[in-house]
Amino acid sequence: MMTEKHLLGLEGYPAENIETIIDTAFGFREVLERPIKKVPSLQGKTIVNLFYENSTRTRISFELAQKRLSADTINFSASSSSVNKGESFKDTVQNIEAMKIDAIVMRHPHPGAPLHLTKFVDAVVINAGDGTHEHPTQAILDLMSLKEHFGKIKGLKVGIIGDISHSRVALSNIHGLINLGAKVTLCGPPTLIPKYIEKLGVNISYNVDEVMDWADAINVLRIQMERMGVGLFPSTREYRNLFGITHERLNKHNKKLVIMHPGPMNRGVEIDSNVADSEQAIILDQVLNGVASRMAILYLLLGGKQEEN
Amino acid sequence: MKITKLNKNTIFKNGTIYDPYNQKKFKGDLLVSNGKIKQIGKVDYPKDAKIINCEGLIVTHGFCDIHVHFREPGREDKETLVTGAKAALAGGFTRVCVMPNTDPPLDDPESIRFIVEKAAETPVHIHPIGAISKGQKGSEITEMGAMKDEGAIAFSDDGIPVQNAYVMRLALEYGKMIGVPIINHAEDIPLRNEGVMNESEVSTRLGLVGNPDMAEAIMIQRDLDIAETVSSKLHVPHVSTKKAVNLIEKMKAQYSYITAEVTPHHLYFNDSALTTYDTNLKVAPPIRSEKDRKSLISALKNGIIDCIVTDHAPHTIEEKEAPFELAPFGMIGLESCFGAVNKILVKNNGFKIEKLIDLLTINPRQIMGFDSNLFNIGCEAEITVIDPQEEWTFSKNDIYSRSINSPFLSEKLKGKVKFTIVKGMLAEV
Repeated sequence: MMTEKHLLGLEGYPAENIETIIDTAFGFREVLERPIKKVPSLQGKTIVNLFYENSTRTRISFELAQKRLSADTINFSASSSSVNKGESFKDTVQNIEAMKIDAIVMRHPHPGAPLHLTKFVDAVVINAGDGTHEHPTQAILDLMSLKEHFGKIKGLKVGIIGDISHSRVALSNIHGLINLGAKVTLCGPPTLIPKYIEKLGVNISYNVDEVMDWADAINVLRIQMERMGVGLFPSTREYRNLFGITHERLNKHNKKLVIMHPGPMNRGVEIDSNVADSEQAIILDQVLNGVASRMAILYLLLGGKQEEN
Repeated sequence: MKITKLNKNTIFKNGTIYDPYNQKKFKGDLLVSNGKIKQIGKVDYPKDAKIINCEGLIVTHGFCDIHVHFREPGREDKETLVTGAKAALAGGFTRVCVMPNTDPPLDDPESIRFIVEKAAETPVHIHPIGAISKGQKGSEITEMGAMKDEGAIAFSDDGIPVQNAYVMRLALEYGKMIGVPIINHAEDIPLRNEGVMNESEVSTRLGLVGNPDMAEAIMIQRDLDIAETVSSKLHVPHVSTKKAVNLIEKMKAQYSYITAEVTPHHLYFNDSALTTYDTNLKVAPPIRSEKDRKSLISALKNGIIDCIVTDHAPHTIEEKEAPFELAPFGMIGLESCFGAVNKILVKNNGFKIEKLIDLLTINPRQIMGFDSNLFNIGCEAEITVIDPQEEWTFSKNDIYSRSINSPFLSEKLKGKVKFTIVKGMLAEV
């Protein structure tokens, strides 16, 4: 049973809930391997996908998860201009809620927006990424992928490489991993690592080779050009030299380091193509697990019926 | 709150009278006749006198807040001089200084005259602070001389720091000539970056851009140096960090024309209160860490910080209901001020109530050059009567401002303003 109504972030989120979601998600993984990939679990439930920011994979993943569970879904994209008025946010969501819906999956450019949303609506709120704050469903699918590969999370050594400051994926992953007993080292240029983050219980390194030596798995974050002010790092060439997960670098490490990436990738910048496509990369497993874990989250939070077929 | 004209004779009976100017405290009566202080201590009892029982209450100088925003002209939907004045009365303030970040800003003699004329119609004394630079753009100083003649009491670009050190030097030099304090919002703009709260573990957890304490310290150090070099009066607004306190302490030891203020919210909250993304706690400078908060309290105790101001900054509910990053900076503070600072300083930190009253009366008046010997016989009655013991919960009903953006709502406060007397009027709060 889930102890929280919403899924807003993994900070302080009970470890048992995460484990329940992952266990349930492995069940749905099987459903996804069947010829007929649909179950009636959320028949009659209505879910709104409220995207205030562009998204390709998260949105498709959620939509697919909803369709596989037979929920009715509505998609709403807000143009960025209407986001700039707080009032319209409140009005929009209250109007949507007035139409009797069960859940809202929201992506929003501003941290805290999902918590804000819970003040205006009674529906279940699932955070699909709020600015530079959290992206809990991404972290859960990452955890699921690690568990699939290693059979456990506890004691795993995970490096998170790249732009930590502008990454909601990093923050949710840190909370989730620490919560489940993994060890985490962050690695990136100091200009992209927020001050005080070590208080979350992580280590910090500026040497990616050391981290690759140490880790069982690394999660390579996208360098988010569109989020950056100028000068946070000098050039993509410099970044690649210091932090890029290059083929040469990977070859120096003879163990089976597992490579993850939340996508979309800048091939040739933070990760080389042949690394991304190598056997050590579980990037496409992450994508499939994304659908399964989002099915599990929706199913558990919306009190879906047991599978009947 | 009931506001009525004072009777010809009004007696504040059996109160504890505290005169901060003469540092005297005694039990007694105070007679106000025709809006002026007539007798203190043992008083005559004219037949027609209205008698206000002040048993258990403190009768003292009217509070003075040298840093408020009344939004007129331009944003009368948030506050006007009249609604702001009512909020002041409710908070025990008889005299306030309004900041120039209106629309248009108060950057010429005409706009100063507009405020002075409008202020005459309100129930408290309102003094405009003029802008340092034309259009608050930080490049060219305003006609400070003519503005002072119209009633400008000090100069500040308010929330916009004077980033150019040379312009700051010119403003301080010019300010010296006309004998007014210069007030600079102390944040180095590039270092502050897009910060919306204190840079700390909390900002990292919330995914919000942090405003580091060094942004304040670096600007204050610069301003202190310039003020000392050109021998001018600098008043440092809303000090928020321990680093800034240390710098001010050091400079005050060698140069005397430095004063500083602090707000109730920086004394009351620390940044862990922001974990709910409460936009009412979004202020500039930001609510800082517990370490900073404690250092502000001891700075008040040691006289490093001279006075308390509210930085009363009304905003509409629509603006404040926006996501945290988009909401404007500022909170209202006049109505909740005394209950908040009395709780923090007197109840929780052992300040004497007289010391707190000094921080709200003579100290701010002396910074701005106002008469602070208010209990002189024949002076206009500017009186505040407080109950230092009353515990109460701050609610919307206590707000007279046109806006309600206060994080003190639902907070249990201690100490309440009962009566405010100014301009021949009696406000029963």
